[in-house]
Amino acid sequence: MTRVGLEPIIRAHPLFAGLDEAFCQLVCGCATNVRFRACDYLFHEGEAADRLFLLRQGRVALETPTPGQGAIVFRTLDAGELVGLSWLVPPYRWAYDARALEPVRAIAMDAVCLRRKCEQDHDLGFEVMKRVVPILIERLHGTQRQMLDVYGSPS
Amino acid sequence: MAARPDRAPPGDPLTPRVVRVLKRRRDAPRTVTLDIAADDATAFQPGQFNMLTAFGVGEVPISLSGDPADTNRRVHTIRAVGPVSSALARLAPGDALGLRGPFGSGWPMAAAHGHDVVLIAGGLGLAPLRPALYRLLAERQRYGTIALLYGTRSPDEILFRRELAAWQRRHDIRIGVTVDHAPSDWTGHVGVVTRLIPGLALDPANTLAFVCGPEVMMRFTIAALKEAGLGDAAIHLSLERNMKCAVGLCGHCQFGPVFVCRDGPVLCHDRLGGLLGLKEL
Ligand SMILES: Cc1cc2nc3c(=O)[nH]c(=O)nc-3n(C[C@H](O)[C@H](O)[C@H](O)COP(=O)(O)OP(=O)(O)OC[C@H]3O[C@@H](n4cnc5c(N)ncnc54)[C@H](O)[C@@H]3O)c2cc1C
Ligand code: FES
Repeated sequence: MTRVGLEPIIRAHPLFAGLDEAFCQLVCGCATNVRFRACDYLFHEGEAADRLFLLRQGRVALETPTPGQGAIVFRTLDAGELVGLSWLVPPYRWAYDARALEPVRAIAMDAVCLRRKCEQDHDLGFEVMKRVVPILIERLHGTQRQMLDVYGSPS
Repeated sequence: MAARPDRAPPGDPLTPRVVRVLKRRRDAPRTVTLDIAADDATAFQPGQFNMLTAFGVGEVPISLSGDPADTNRRVHTIRAVGPVSSALARLAPGDALGLRGPFGSGWPMAAAHGHDVVLIAGGLGLAPLRPALYRLLAERQRYGTIALLYGTRSPDEILFRRELAAWQRRHDIRIGVTVDHAPSDWTGHVGVVTRLIPGLALDPANTLAFVCGPEVMMRFTIAALKEAGLGDAAIHLSLERNMKCAVGLCGHCQFGPVFVCRDGPVLCHDRLGGLLGLKEL
């Protein structure tokens, strides 16, 4: 798919909905269309966080391998959500694995390209931050609540 | 307003009647569902509870979790957390226990006629909501859209699995199940239950929410429902407090201005003001 063809898809994604035309062009310049089969990994813990994914279709599990127990899934993400936040801040390394639970279609953004454009144009950078930070906060709050283990039985 | 019982429990409400277990099912780790032979045909309202006695151990409040239309049995889902609940959870078919009730207010089923209804359950909170769901489905045409969102700890703690699967296959109810964490073979949602609310695209002017679960979960759920546009008067909660008499005499269950046994356990959020978030009362 051409980058021109990607523009309406990126505009329709909640992360970039309503983005200014000029910014959208810049963002689209970093984007490619990708697909994963069920069980494919989008990325692994420890690898360079050089991409982010705007999910268009399918469910992705964020998981962490634990000794003796296999992987533990601590969050799933669905169409309309953003997979990957570690590309935002150094050392730009994934902190967990992301695995497709179903066939997945997504827009992959080259994180190096997006970071460079945000650095060059701080208005774009601020716009991207305003859109990503609420997601970060929502994930943080969700994780805090899960950690409270409110459904757990008293021991 | 939460619905009031149609009539007082039969006989002396302070004296347990002796009843027997008909059937016992294990629903989740440390959680069983007991079918108890009904000793009368008293109807109960979804959301009400009975006081159950494990003889020689003690008495605790336990919600009714079965179908109100089934007058032959009283169904209770019990998680073993301490001496009394553990003794009750160990009962086998034929064993005797004490029962008094039903007590308290129920979910506002009649007030929900003509409205969309969303049930939001956390953990064992699905048990007191199940009778409401039976009624909603039995009188499906009286209600708008119906949704059940259920959050629990992990896939092996999911209650009423077979029924949930059957409800998921129906086209006239939306079911969302999520867990806090899961092994890698789980393909459902993982995350907090409030994340499922935006996907329902609720019509805030026409929706009633029935919420039951641990208090922390209910607080977050109320915040998320309000963010979706629901007012306090549209949000109904089931509260838990320690109980003794269950008939409004002893004050054990007092929560601010309400006695949970008599005025609740189902209460409209507009009656509670900000009480739910307070550390101490
Ligand atoms: C209106 C109402 C309806 C209820 N419905 C049900 C039901 O359908 N099924 C059910 O299993 N329980 C239900 N409960 C809770 C149940 O009454 C308590 O679990 C029970 O009283 C515990 O008594 P116990 O002697 O077994 O344990 P206790 O010795 O009283 O408590 C043992 C441990 O469990 C903790 N604990 C006590 N109650 C709870 C609780 N509700 N949740 C988590 N931890 C708790 C205590 O803090 C303590 O650490 C309901 C309570 C109320 C007020
Ligand atoms: S338990 Fe006695 S007043 Fe509520």
